Amino acid sequence: MFNRFTPRIMPGFGLSLGYTIFYLSLIVLIPFSALFTKTFSGSWAHIWESISEPRVLASYKLSFGVSFLAALVNGFFGLITAWVLARYEFPGRRFVDALVDLPFALPTAVAGIALTALYSTNGPIGSFLFEHFNLRVAYTPLGIFVALTFIGLPFVVRTLQPVILDLHADVEEAAACLGATRWQTFTRIILPALLPALGTGIMLAFGRAVGEYGSVVFIAGNLPLKTEITPLLIITKLEQYDYSGAAAIGLAMLLASFVILLLVNLIQWWNDKRTAHDTEEN
Amino acid sequence: MGAFTNSRALASARHIADPQPTNARTEPVWIRATLIAITFAFLGVFILWPLLTVFHEGFSKGFGFYVETFKDPITIKSIELTLLTAAIAVPLNTVFGLAAAWALTRFKFRGRQLLIALIDLPLWVSPVIGGLIYILLFGRHGTIGPWLMDHNIQIVFALPGIVLATTFVTFPFVARSLIPLMEAQGHAEEEAALTLGANGWQVFFRITLPKVKWGLLYGIILCNARAMGEFGAVSVVSGHIRGKTNTMPLHIEILYNEYQFAAAFAVASLLSLLALITLFLKTYSESRTAQQLREAQELTIVSK
Amino acid sequence: MGVQIRKITKTFNKFVALKNVNLDVQPGELLALLGPSGSGKTTLLRIVAGLEFADPGHGQILFHGEDVTYHSAYKRRAGFVFQHYALFQHMNIFENVAFGLRVRPRALRPTEDEIRDRVFTLLKRVQLDHLAKRFPSQLSGGQRQRIALARALAIEPRVLLLDEPFGALDAKVRKELRRWLRQFHEETHLTTLFVTHDQDEAFELADRVAILSEGNIQQIGCPKEIVQHPTNTFVHDFLGLDI
Repeated sequence: MFNRFTPRIMPGFGLSLGYTIFYLSLIVLIPFSALFTKTFSGSWAHIWESISEPRVLASYKLSFGVSFLAALVNGFFGLITAWVLARYEFPGRRFVDALVDLPFALPTAVAGIALTALYSTNGPIGSFLFEHFNLRVAYTPLGIFVALTFIGLPFVVRTLQPVILDLHADVEEAAACLGATRWQTFTRIILPALLPALGTGIMLAFGRAVGEYGSVVFIAGNLPLKTEITPLLIITKLEQYDYSGAAAIGLAMLLASFVILLLVNLIQWWNDKRTAHDTEEN
Repeated sequence: MGAFTNSRALASARHIADPQPTNARTEPVWIRATLIAITFAFLGVFILWPLLTVFHEGFSKGFGFYVETFKDPITIKSIELTLLTAAIAVPLNTVFGLAAAWALTRFKFRGRQLLIALIDLPLWVSPVIGGLIYILLFGRHGTIGPWLMDHNIQIVFALPGIVLATTFVTFPFVARSLIPLMEAQGHAEEEAALTLGANGWQVFFRITLPKVKWGLLYGIILCNARAMGEFGAVSVVSGHIRGKTNTMPLHIEILYNEYQFAAAFAVASLLSLLALITLFLKTYSESRTAQQLREAQELTIVSK
Repeated sequence: MGVQIRKITKTFNKFVALKNVNLDVQPGELLALLGPSGSGKTTLLRIVAGLEFADPGHGQILFHGEDVTYHSAYKRRAGFVFQHYALFQHMNIFENVAFGLRVRPRALRPTEDEIRDRVFTLLKRVQLDHLAKRFPSQLSGGQRQRIALARALAIEPRVLLLDEPFGALDAKVRKELRRWLRQFHEETHLTTLFVTHDQDEAFELADRVAILSEGNIQQIGCPKEIVQHPTNTFVHDFLGLDI
């Protein structure tokens, strides 16, 4: 039981780590390996065709483009929301704070049908926009944008909020004493400190949006080449029993996720390095 | 000095009092009011309104119709399947979350960061991929699908597949809610318990578990909400057999696509209620966790 | 035979915290480990308690003749008092003190009545029996540290280990507790190892003082001996001696 050569103070290392790795392998790692084996069970030509046919290419453009726009909009409103929640006292603050997490807790299918009902030309918001601006939201890329904005918001707010709370009061006070207006303090002192978290939050919202399915399929209309998102195409391939084609698109999406994950880590690494440098100087 | 700044202008500026002097750490009132208004408007339109729509549409054909929806045997079956799935997936992920949090916060070892990244993986990939991988493994043309067919074992398009896909998607939630908490709490109390003669299980059940109970509760609640509401992954593996393999979210989809809007929203309102309860318990457990951490910090601060 | 520390070396990622340390604590003695921060004194104490392990293959720890080098902390029966108390916040004072008795294997576990008697005897001893129902967060720092001591004593420790026990307290409480601890030691004569960076505390409390620097014991002896005959310049400078 007791290993003489790698003594550990806390008990249960072998048991807890062993179980963690066992369960991780069972639920995640082994099934994931199927994604690779199935992709490469097809010929290279088939793999290439699966991930580059016009319908799939159009879906990449749509999924990544709209996700990115939604993430940017979330970045803007998320920054305001996080700032307001962290800094201001006002009636209903706790309620608003709890509301931010709703997209995280609400089943995506429920969000999907609710947004469709609101933004279709019969719905209260959709009919208003259609009558006054001749704007169709549901069943267009704009509808997808609405759904992806809905699900992405918590990621930006929850990444920024603790960072805003952690800002040191004395730095802002020092800026004020040195004659900076509040706006100068914000743009030169506060915003630079928040940028890494803002970037991380936007990338998290983007990553989530690219893979999102439930809230989008209802409002998207799913027209080939126009409003078909990539996850939907995986399901279409599966329904045609084209397993290696579905696996290939899945693998392409997985690679995209890894790139996003890498970017997030780069932002954090860059920020850690920068702040570590700061403390050295001080 | 004078070469760089107009000292007279500076001197006079110094004597002009602000009409409304503000604290150095906050903005003028009108900016604050505007920002708060933007927040209310944005969250109101994008989050609160959709939520209210669910209940509004659910009751659009009256209370009687609402109640009637839940008497439909197919609806009842979908609720049962959802409850059963969560009842299997959530305890599995809870045990895993506790083991993973213990291993990752109590020990330093090589590959620790990689392990954390792998635990997060299900959060990073599309839920559709979460379903896809099980089809690729267990489906008719999957890696071990033919073998399973020969032995008459059905995994996809049946309960095991639904449970697996749900477990995959909700895999990290308990672990993720525990790891930062246990990291922050440190393990001084656990060390004290060890010196007093407590063995590993005693330390875990008598010290660690009571310390993390609110964070654990939050993780379980969130895991449960996501398990009951999962759509993408389950949609891929379920096969959509009405009254057999349709969970509540899948049932909502079918009702909606058949233009039974009021019924679809009635079922959706039940899941929305679950989401609201989840948010309430989250807020509560977070405030309790914060309080615990504060008390822990006070304990280590000099008191007079 | 007390506690014997034989050739203990400890490295953290190439940083050598302790270099081949030898130290004997006589039975019934109160020995203070005195040194600046980073001198390795807390590491040494934690190794004695089993909260760290020395580098494998280096050295031995003996409690009253028994080799405990590779015993886990929970098997050592060493009473440890932490600088920041480490009281169990979710348990009241009574349960904190009773913990060590409740976690014993069933065969050795006292009955509920015995636990009650034992806990109240200890609480009276630290003069806090009226606080049994309170929770740690409701106590002052000095009270918390006395509870931490009572909790460590409940397991009838073979040695008592104190890690800067008064470090987080203010000067007045510190002095009171110091006097109280000395008196307590006179009554019990429990073999005690005491870590501090405060030389007044060490010299006033301890039978003998060991001065540590950079992972080595520089000098060991009774307070008078050290002040009169510092063996090297480090001890001389550290104590701020004039001559």
